[in-house]
Order: sequence, then structure tokens, then C-alpha cells
Amino acid sequence: MALNRRRVLRGMLNGGAVTVGIPLLNCFLNTNGTAMADGAKMPVRFGTWFWGLGIDQGIFVPKKVGLNYDLPEQIASWKNISQHVNLFTGLTAFRDTDPNLCHYSGWVIGMSGSSPKAGGDKPGETIDITIANQVGRTTRFKTLTAAATGDVRSSISYESANAPTLPEVSPINFYQRLFGPDFQDPNAPTFTPNPRVMARRSVLSGVIDEIKTMENEIGSEDKQRLDQYLTGLRHLERQFDQQLTKPEPIAACVAPKAVTSEPELGGESGLMARRHNMMTDLMVMAVACDQTRVFNMNYSSASANTIKAGYEKPHHTTTHEEPIGEHGYQENAAWFLRRSMEAWAYYVEAFSKMKEGDGTLLDNALIYAITDHGYARVHSLDNMAAMTAGRAGGRVKTGMHIKTEGSTIGRLGYTVQRVMGIDVNAWGTRSNNTSKEFGEILV
Amino acid sequence: MNVQYVNLKNSGSLRRLMAAGVAILAVAGLANCSAPSAPDTAKAPAAAASVVAPETDDTSARRLRLMTAEQYRNTLSYVFGPGISIPTAFAPVQRTDGLLSVGTSFAGITAAQMEIYQKTAATAAQQVVDERNRNFLVPCTPKNPQAADDACARQFLAGVGRLVYRHSLDQQRLDGYVKEAGATATRLKDFYAGLGVALEGVLLSPRVLMVSERAEADPQKPGQQRLDGHSLATRLSFFLWNAAPDDLLLKAAETGELHTQKGLQKQLDRMLASPRLEAGMRAFFDDMFHFEDFNNLAKDAAIYPVFTTTAVQDAREQTLRTVIDQLITKDRDYRDLFTSRETFISPSLAAIYKLPTSPGWSPYEFPEGSPRMGLLTHISFLAGHSHPGRSSATLRGKALREVLLCQVVPRPPANVDFSAVENPKGNLRTARDRVNFHLENPVCAGCHKITDPMGLALENFDGAGQYRETERGVAIDATGSLDGKSFTDVKGLAQAMHDHPAVTSCIVKRVYAYGTGSPTTGADRQMLQGLDKNFAANGYRLRELLKTVVMSSAFSKVADQSSAPAKAASVSPSSVSAE
Repeated sequence: MALNRRRVLRGMLNGGAVTVGIPLLNCFLNTNGTAMADGAKMPVRFGTWFWGLGIDQGIFVPKKVGLNYDLPEQIASWKNISQHVNLFTGLTAFRDTDPNLCHYSGWVIGMSGSSPKAGGDKPGETIDITIANQVGRTTRFKTLTAAATGDVRSSISYESANAPTLPEVSPINFYQRLFGPDFQDPNAPTFTPNPRVMARRSVLSGVIDEIKTMENEIGSEDKQRLDQYLTGLRHLERQFDQQLTKPEPIAACVAPKAVTSEPELGGESGLMARRHNMMTDLMVMAVACDQTRVFNMNYSSASANTIKAGYEKPHHTTTHEEPIGEHGYQENAAWFLRRSMEAWAYYVEAFSKMKEGDGTLLDNALIYAITDHGYARVHSLDNMAAMTAGRAGGRVKTGMHIKTEGSTIGRLGYTVQRVMGIDVNAWGTRSNNTSKEFGEILV
Repeated sequence: MNVQYVNLKNSGSLRRLMAAGVAILAVAGLANCSAPSAPDTAKAPAAAASVVAPETDDTSARRLRLMTAEQYRNTLSYVFGPGISIPTAFAPVQRTDGLLSVGTSFAGITAAQMEIYQKTAATAAQQVVDERNRNFLVPCTPKNPQAADDACARQFLAGVGRLVYRHSLDQQRLDGYVKEAGATATRLKDFYAGLGVALEGVLLSPRVLMVSERAEADPQKPGQQRLDGHSLATRLSFFLWNAAPDDLLLKAAETGELHTQKGLQKQLDRMLASPRLEAGMRAFFDDMFHFEDFNNLAKDAAIYPVFTTTAVQDAREQTLRTVIDQLITKDRDYRDLFTSRETFISPSLAAIYKLPTSPGWSPYEFPEGSPRMGLLTHISFLAGHSHPGRSSATLRGKALREVLLCQVVPRPPANVDFSAVENPKGNLRTARDRVNFHLENPVCAGCHKITDPMGLALENFDGAGQYRETERGVAIDATGSLDGKSFTDVKGLAQAMHDHPAVTSCIVKRVYAYGTGSPTTGADRQMLQGLDKNFAANGYRLRELLKTVVMSSAFSKVADQSSAPAKAASVSPSSVSAE
């Protein structure tokens, strides 16, 4: 039987509460910190980032294709991150014979590969969940989702059609969930398993047994929901198990200072940015501490209602009502979009600043960023933009502008799944179906 | 009193509903825009009446509903007292057939939601066994507080378990909890720690958080199914109290009393007389009026500095207080909500209404001649259906149709350029100017004629709900129309709403769907007609409507599960696009 650190400690506990003094054991990493001691590579993490209301081609799309692309005014804020970012332009979300469901069809296709037929037609399992089912089963959280909107309905991640992933919207609550009393500091010198957690773990077994007693009472369509409940209880069980087990040391993991205040509710862009950046910082550390390997951040929602203080129209209304200004574009709409791209720059840079081994956390991550439209003014689903950031543990080249000439956005969704090791030969339905990767970015 | 099941058939209200729907269809047809849907009931062919089974065969579907956070809070508050604080919010559900409550019959459970369930259960259990509370919340004292005491644990868990499970725990389950309590008490040398962990398990049970309705053969109607006593008690209690049944209701279920008309009527009367009814009806109107939007509502502070975060919550509270006062306390006609000048005012709202202020909530009646009249002039409606920095005739009109008349306004077309509404020459200065642009554009006109003419009548109120007479220096024209009735100001709109037949049929539809947890379909048409008729006969009083729904056969009789698949009805669009 192979002995590992967890097994040793569990054996020592033997069902009782003990305190174990443990030095930081770097022997569990290799000598330079780029891989686990058993030779396995550092885990590759997957994230998404969402912004609402698309782009304005003329001031967003770089003229140069390939490496070292130029940064038009809409993405001027990327100067510190463009080397980490692949920008895909000219993408299409094909709806075939389905209606163009404003601010909906675009991101649903980007996250599920399929065009919705109606507003109530929710995506099934989205791409992040597919990936989490493969890479996220061993961490404390299979996925983490946050939204800077302050609205718990802001989510593009669905575990299934009736189960959108619940985003954290409060930095204070997010901190508590991540680094509150249940957080196991992997670098703590001592480890004291909580006997109360053992008791909870034990009670949970009985609760799980109750699921079986309900199976014969309900109709077939509700059985899936009962299964979801069971899956949730298993998730708790795993969390309890982890709390009872001394985690491996992680050099980069330093629990942040407690978050005790947060921006008030509201869509004013300054508040949104503060909320976004606070939750980004927490998310980065959560990933660095291996609390999750799949994460989602929603800067704004589709049809974003971001506010520019003193200007009577929110972002969404502006995209529709503002005339083209003297510079050839909607100037207030452009102001809103600049704020979105600044948030994206903050997000990417935050991952790039976190050291991991001899590289950065971003080197071991792949972040997939999408929006709901191409040109939001007319709700277009062509000429859409999307980005990836990070090298995915060396599997992806970065810093390129790829002009796709109308490819389905499903092709990018397919590519990121392949990068993340999902064994899928094709992805998407009808015109969004593809088995062709964006080979330009693959190592 | 021996009350008969209410006859819900042969109502004439269908004609009125269809008349409203046809009027809208005619407008919508102008611009190749699909019409707002009148209630499903109105779409069903009249000939279907002849194939509907006799009245006592009306059934509803059995449901598996997720308990809401408010239901969980109310239940624990009634079991353990109001000192138990449960601040948690559960995951939002998809609004279905106009109600979040119906959405709970279809909502799934995620890992994040399960974490919330666990944390909530732990928080509640910890408070119950806390030193400050245990002496009056635990009905026995352990022989040794540092050791297991199975008898005391059993007494506590059996009593609490019955109330939160909504039926007695079976012996095996109870034994399991007692054993866990004992094992933890022994390990930690703390009886109450063991009790707390066992209570956590109870509160995390799927039988607590998932409200599973069970059926049994109806002995009075061979071949038919009815809810079993506990499921009927649960449906009744969540409907009227938004909480699990109390001891008396469970006893009525256990003795079979609830399955007699007399017994059901007795419990119904008791529940309607209970103070818990207020919490129940607040929950219903909070749901029907989409007030969860207030959890996230904010205005541009630079434009509306008076619209504070306190005002947001008070706006919601004002309307709920008014509704409860008018419909529950004073038992008034539901339609009068749209014309009544009686309401309640708080200091934060007084700043918006521009009234003298006094601490706390005070009853207030707007004087004759005031433009404030009825729900539509409440800040909750005016600000809740506006942009962050300006009013919106379209959003208000859309809400009026969808929330209060149960119609569905079509989604806007995708490829429309609205930019002419912000003409750089500045000659579109008022909301009327802007929406008139829509009406000149045939692609826009079809849908905007559905929403704007009544929304414009509210233009004397800005995006925060403050009264104004001009916009950008131009006098506001508040004339408008609603389904054939024209008016010159908001008072006319208020009266038109009061008299609109869909106002009453809408709340009937919502109350029924809320009570049964099911979306209404064409198959419910005749039953809803009957409810409409009874509502009218009883002076449109909510209390009578609640009685009628509870005493209807559909409330307690259920279709065979195989013939009533759990299928969601159409879901209301989440928002309208830009004006």
C-alpha cells in the first residue's frame, strides 16, 4: 500500500482528536517547486470571466494579427497583460433557425455549444462544470463562482438546466466561505482535527441514507433533483473528510487578511470595480491554496446595468440609444466597455502576480473569457470577441491575436476543453458543432 | 358547519379574459410582433369545457418543492422562537408561471447550495443548544450534562423532528439520530454538543428541505388519488403561513380530521385567524410583485441622492404593509388596492414623497387631489420599474401587464437601432417624445403600444418615484390608455386598473399556482373560471379567495403522477430591453 501524507495522518488520528506537530515538508514537492514530488505536474486550473455587451469593432480589434498585437483604445488597459492573453475576434454564435434571444443566445452558445430555443431554455451542463467534473473532484470546492454585480442571479455556469451555479456576490461572505473557520491552512505548523467535524461526518451518513427512502415517492423527473441532493451531500462528506486531513503544504498559500467591509450595493462602475477586484484577490488566493481548480468570475451580467455616475442611462440602455459620436463610435458605451476591459486586465494580472514554483499561477491556468454579443447596439451574434489567458501548464502559447473569419465560438469552447484534457472528439450542435481546435495557440 | 367542495365551474369570466387578450392581439398585430399572452386559460378553446370531468375530479399535481429560506426561517422561528437567527439566503430559483414559488417545484440543487444548507443547519442547531437557550428549548434535563442521555435526546429529537419533518420520525431514523447524539456526547463529554450535531442532521435532511408530496388512494372516490394527511397539512401550511404545519395541524392530519370537509374547514378558519397568516401573505405578494428585485435595486446616487439603501427596503415594506392592512386586516376588495390612498410612511420614504416625517412607520392617507393613488403610485412600483437614472414608461407598462395582469409582453426584436431616441439636436426631451419615436417605427410599435400608453400615465413620477410636473423644462403630458380606456392622468389609470377584469383573474391564477406549487395550464381553465366567479361573488376579498382555493377539490386531490408529468410552464421573460 502506498503511503502518502494524508493516509499517514488519518491513521494517526484513528478516529480520535489529536494534535500533530508537522514541519513544512517540502519533500512533497520536487526540488524546484514546479511539480509534485511524485513527478506529476502542477495542476492546471480552469477559469472563466464574463463581461456583458460585447465590443465595438472599430476601437477594440487590433489591426495586427498574431504576436505582439496592437492595443486599440478599448483594450489599452491590457498593456501589462497582453503577453498572457490570446484575443479571438470575428467569432460567430450560430443560432441557425432559433431566435436571437437578446443578451442570452450568445453566452449560452459560448458556454454550452448549443443555441437556446427560448428564454426558458437553459443551458445544460456548461463547459466549466464539464471540466470541473474531470479536474475538480479532489479539492474543497469543485468550482467557485463570484459576481461583481451584487446579484446572485448573475451566473453563466450551470450544473444542469435547473441548477445554475450560485455566485458569491459579497466579498465579506466570500472571504468567510474561503478563509473563515473551516479553512485548513496547509502551512500551519500544527494540525488539530475538529472532533465536531467527525461527528458531523458521521451524522451525514444517516442523512444520505434517507435519500433512498424518498426514491419511491417521487416522479421520474424529480429523481434527478434527488440525485442532485445526494451529490451535494457527497460534496459535504468530501469537505468534512478534507477538514479531518492535514493538507499538503503549499508555499504560495497565505490566507489573506479578513475582509470586514465591502462596497455598498449598486451598479455604479466604481463600486463594481472595487467589488470585482476584491473578489478577484480572494479567488486568486483560493486557487493558489488549491481550494478549487475551476473558477468563474462575472464582472457584469448580460445586458449589463452598470452605471456611470451622473449619466442617466446604464450601460445596456446606452448601447441602444446613444448615437454615433464625432469620433465614429458611441462614446459613453465605449466608456463602459473600457471599464470592463480594465477589470479583465486586473483579473489576469492578479493571477500573473501570484508566484507558483518557478512560474506564476497564470502559467498553470487557462482562463476563458466571453460575452453575450458582438455589437450590442444591434444585438449581433457575429464579430464577437473572446479571450483566453494563461499557458495551461505549458500546453498553450499566449500573446496572440487570432482573427477567426467567422468561426463558431464553439471552436474556442472545444479548444479549451481539449487543452484541459477533456476526452471529447467534437463539441456543440448544428452550426456550432466542431472538432477543429484553434491549433495556433496549442504547443 | 359542513362546507361543500366549491363548485368552480361555469364561470363567465373566460369571456372577459378573452376580451382583454383579443384587444391586445389587435394592437400587436400591427407590427408583426407576437402578442402578449393572456393567461393560458384564455387561449384554451371554449369547446374544451364539455370534456372536463365533474367538479370533484379537479386535481393538481404532486410536487417536490424546495423549501425557501423564508419558509425555513419561519418554521424554525415557530419551533424554537424568534430568538433563533437564520440570516441565510438560499439560491435563487427560476421564476415560473410568474412565481418563484412555482419555480421551487423545478429548481435543482448545487454543491454551493448544499454548503449553505449545512451552514444554516449548523448555525441554527448551535443556537438551540447554546447555554442561553437550552433550558427552555430542550424539554428535559440530562442526568449528566457531560454524558449521553438517550432518553432526553430522544424526547427532544422526536418532538422537533416531527415539526420540521412535518410528520413523526420513523423509529429507525429517530434511533439513528439518538445514537449519533449519544456518540458525540460521549466523545466530547458534552450532552448538548451531541444534541446539536444530531439536530444539524435533522435540519439537513432531504425530508426537511425538500417538500415531497405523497398521495394515497381516496377512499371516497375509488380509483382516485388524494394527498395524504401530512402532505395536505404541509401544502396548506406553506400556502397560508409560509411555514411548516404546527402541532394542531399535524394532529388533524394524523387523526384523519383533515380529510373531512368539516375538519379541513376548522383548520382553515384557525389558520386564517392566526397572526402567522400575515407572514404567509407577505410572502405571496413579495413573490407575485417580484420584490426579490429589491435585493439588488440601486439608483444612481448622483441623480437620485434621496433614494438611499434604506429607502429601497422601505419601499418594499410600504407596499407589503399596505397590502396586508387592506386585504388581511381590513378585509377589503382587492381592486381597491389600485385606488386606495391609504398607506404607511417611513422617514426615508417621506423624503421621496416630500411629506413631514416622524420616526418609525406611520399610517398615512394621501389627501384628495394628491396624485398618489393606489399601488401604481407607490415608490416600489415606480422606482422598481425604472432605470437607475431615469423613469421608464416601457418598464412600468411591461410590469403592469406581466405582474398585475398576468400577461406576457413579447421580447423586443434583436436588430433595432434605437439611437434616434437620443437625438443630438435635443428635441426629444421627455419620455413621451422618446417613446413616440418607437411608435413611429413599425418594428417597435407593435410591442411598445402594448406597454407605453399606460406607462406614460406614470410619467409625473421620476425614476425614484418622486413627483414632478416637468421633464427637462417641458410640461409632462400624462395622458394614456389601457385596453380601450383612455385617461388624462394617473387617477384615470388607477381606475382603469381597478375595473380591468384581468386584475382579478390574475391574482386568482397566482394564488392557485402559489398554493399548489404548479404552473397553471389550459387544463385548469374551468377551475380558474370557477375561482374567478367565487372571488367576484365574495366581493374580491382575499380571505374568501384563500378559503375557496383550499376547499376546492384540486387543492387536496392529485392526479396520478404518471398522468401529470413535472413539466414547467413557460417562464416569464426576465426583462424588457431598452426603450
